[in-house]
Formats: sequence, C-alpha cells, structure tokens
Amino acid sequence: MLLIHCPYCDEMFPEVEFTYAGQAHIVRPQDPAAVSDEAWRDFLFIRANTKGLHVERWRHTHGCGRFFNVVRDTVSDRILATYKIGTPMPDLSALKSALASAPEKARP
Amino acid sequence: MTHFSALQLLKNALTGRDDWSAQWPEAEPKSHYDVVIVGAGGHGLGTAHYLAKEHGITNVAVIDKGWLGGGNTGRNTTIIRSNYLYDESARLYDHAVDLWEGLSQDLNYNVMYSRRGVMMLAHTVHDVQSAQRHIHANRLNGVDNRWLTPEEAKAYCPPLNVSPDARFPVLGAALQERAGTARHDAVAWGYARSAAARGVDIIQNCPVLAIRRDAGGKVTGVETGKGFIGAKQVAVSASGHTSVLMETAGVRMPLESFPLQALVSEPVKPLMPCVVMSNTVHAYMSQSDKGELVIGAGTDQYTSYSQRGSFQIIEHTLAAICEMFPTVSRMRMLRTWGGIVDVTPDRSPILGKTPVPGLYVNCGWGTGGFKATPGSAHVLAHTIAHDSPHPINAPFTLERFTTGRLIDEAAAAAVAH
Repeated sequence: MLLIHCPYCDEMFPEVEFTYAGQAHIVRPQDPAAVSDEAWRDFLFIRANTKGLHVERWRHTHGCGRFFNVVRDTVSDRILATYKIGTPMPDLSALKSALASAPEKARP
Repeated sequence: MTHFSALQLLKNALTGRDDWSAQWPEAEPKSHYDVVIVGAGGHGLGTAHYLAKEHGITNVAVIDKGWLGGGNTGRNTTIIRSNYLYDESARLYDHAVDLWEGLSQDLNYNVMYSRRGVMMLAHTVHDVQSAQRHIHANRLNGVDNRWLTPEEAKAYCPPLNVSPDARFPVLGAALQERAGTARHDAVAWGYARSAAARGVDIIQNCPVLAIRRDAGGKVTGVETGKGFIGAKQVAVSASGHTSVLMETAGVRMPLESFPLQALVSEPVKPLMPCVVMSNTVHAYMSQSDKGELVIGAGTDQYTSYSQRGSFQIIEHTLAAICEMFPTVSRMRMLRTWGGIVDVTPDRSPILGKTPVPGLYVNCGWGTGGFKATPGSAHVLAHTIAHDSPHPINAPFTLERFTTGRLIDEAAAAAVAH
C-alpha cells in the first residue's frame, strides 16, 4: 500500500484515504467545438502512461477532500514529490537524479 | 519434434523417458525476418502459429524480454468466456471460444480446456436487469448464456451461499455453460512448439528497445538487446508495455497500464465445479485442476509497471470471497502476484493496423486477454498476412478513439475492471 503525503494536511496517510485521479496537468480546450477530432482525442483518451516519473492527480477523499499533484516513479511506485494544485511542476530531471543516486531515501 | 500420442507416451513410459526431444530449440536472432512479433505470450506465439499454419509465413521471429509465457499469460486466472454485450465483442470472443474447443487437437498439445461453465452473480435489482439484458443480447448473437434462479445457482455450484440473509444476497445468476478455463502455460507452450516446428524463431531474454522506421515512415525492424533485427512487418503484442514501445515508433496510444493482482490458495479436494464471478462485490473464483482456488478481482487504482499491487485490494477481494463462500474462510493463501495490464478507455482491445505502414498492434485487453488468445492471434495473423483486417477485428481499430465509434464494454460492465 502506498503512503502518500497530502500537501494540504501536511501529513503522511495510507493509500486507502486517497483516490487516484489520473494524469495531471491536462488542460481542457477552451473551445471544444473549435478543436480538431485528433486534438479532442488527445485530450480525452491519449495518456503519457510513463514508465518512470509520472505526474498524476490524487484526491484526499477521506481527509481534507482536496485534489493535489504527485510525482511517482511507476517502476518502483516510490513517491518523489507532492504539491498543491496551482503550483508549478517540480523539476523532473532533478527528481530523477535524486532517485538514481539514493533510491531508498527519495521520499518527500 | 516428437508427435505426442498415446503410443509415444507408452513407449517412453517403458523406456525410461529418455526419448523426449526439446519442445522448441533455442534460437539466435537472424539479421532479417519477414515478420517480427514482440512479446512471446499466448497472443504473440499464437499469431506466429497461425501465420505459419494458415498463411505459410514462416520467416518469423517472436521476441520476448523474459521467458516465453512469463508475462500476463502466466499470471492470469485462466477464465474463458464470451458473454460480452456488444455485437463486435461477441463475435471476437466467441470466435476465440470456437477455436478453444479444437485447440488441443490443432496444436497436438493438451491445453486442458475445460468447459466447466462461468456463472456471473446478480446481487441487486440492477444486477438482475443488467444480467438479463446481457443474456438476451448474447442469445441474439448466438452466444450461449442463460438465467439461473438462486436455487439453480446453488445446485450448479454447491459451495455458494444463497441464503436470504447473506451479506451479498444472490438474486440469480447468468450462466455460460460453454465457458470455462484452460491451462495458461500449456497455451503458450503449445503455440511455441507448433510455431517452432514450422520454422518460427522464438528468441527469449532479448528485450525489444525500440521500433525503427525509414524516412518514408515504414517499419524497418526493431532495436533489441541483441542488436538490430530487420523486419518487413512488426506486430506488437506486449500487453502492459505496449504504449512504451509504440512511443518509439512515434505512435501515442490511448492506453494506461495498471497492476492486476491474483492469488491462489493451498490445494484442496474438488470444491468448485465452475467459475463464479461477481462484479458487484468485485471478486471471482475457480479451482485449478491441482486443487488450488484461483482468485482475482479488479485492478489497483493507479498506473504502474511494478508488477505488484496494494494489499488492501487482496483484503477486499478475500472479504468478498468469504461472504459468498463461507466454507473457504479458514483456508490459507499460498501465493499472490501482480501483472501489468494495458487498459483502453472503452475496455475493448485495439487489434489490427496502425498509422505506421508495416506496424500492427494487439493490445488493450485490460483484465481479460487470456480468454481471447486463439481468436485474437488468429485474426491478427490474417491482418498481417493480408495487410488488411479480418472482418472480426475490423471494428477494433485505433481510429475509433478519433471517430468516436467506441465499443464501450466499460459502460456495459460485463467484467469486473
């Protein structure tokens, strides 16, 4: 079971308190009627499905109820960073090298 | 290759079993093939078998990063059924069941296909209505399925708890008698043996790192751990890692990879005569011929490539199993494991051509690819041989996510996802 740090509660909780909510930073087109079928497909269906560092949304359903973002290594399931909605994505290459140099310590 | 027969068995029994030859040779990659298939699971090996047997294409390599049948073919719960709601799915999965019935004879290999029946329980009024809709839709498509009252369900599967005060009361069940199970490893081994005997190279422990294309966009081959291997046609049959590989060919896939867990109990005497599934409480169970209870459920909630899942999924699954089958509540579980399944937005596979000339894909089976193994391998071989889809897999295109013509088995909820 994952242990996830909620950036709003500023505490670590077990995964059962949270709901996974898919890839983060996907922006809905401003005017859906104006976009091409391909762009609409990309928005609806195409996902990074990264093997490595994946940036994703979680919701603290059985806690504060708020959505936040998580950077997780999908090979080891290790969580490298959690941050509030509206704040910028952390530098993934720095996180990647931190994971490579100290895989056991890489926790938020 | 030795032809398996009762006579061979007797002869080897009398002569100390020294006469069995290797079922397939170790193959080193050649520099070029007509067709390279990535992924030596049941689907990939089956595709090679049908390419060789039905289309005469034998200059084929099946390449796997591990050992053959060591991915999801060796990790699934071996359930076979075809009671899907939509016409396209019914045709595809029923095609597979048709092939399952003759597969042992076709391969000269006992895949232990057992028509023991799959029963899907209804616990709520909504379940009853949905199950009956499925039954009617299935019967219109010529797919076997019928309704059982709780008493009939109990008679078909005695360990099932159908008492009215059960936590998950059984209001009835849909039964597909033609459905059942097969021995998963034997499917991979049987296809591998048959394909190798026809000249197909099976290259194990050789990861495919990238798909290469020429300036015109056409596929030229694959980059592997043992160097570049040229190919006129490449078929990707790599389940959870499909999107990673397709990305190297410049194709972004509507796939997400999730861990799916399963577990088996200690072996016991025959207890479960059939497969029982419950979508509402999210658990299913059957008994292997070794006597282990084989138990599974839905995927974990997050995407991952770790081949392991969270413990609460197992806990939830077993809680549901113990409510439905109180008699197993004190059994010990022997093993749990996870595999990585690639899931499409509509929970139907993507099976056929891609925008890249010479590149084919067989993916998106999500939690239920084993049952379709012979059917999907058969139609993919047709697609590769003719560079044009078989009528059965023609609707399962990648383009459907652009046109919107989905085959929405996700909404139909024929399966516990």
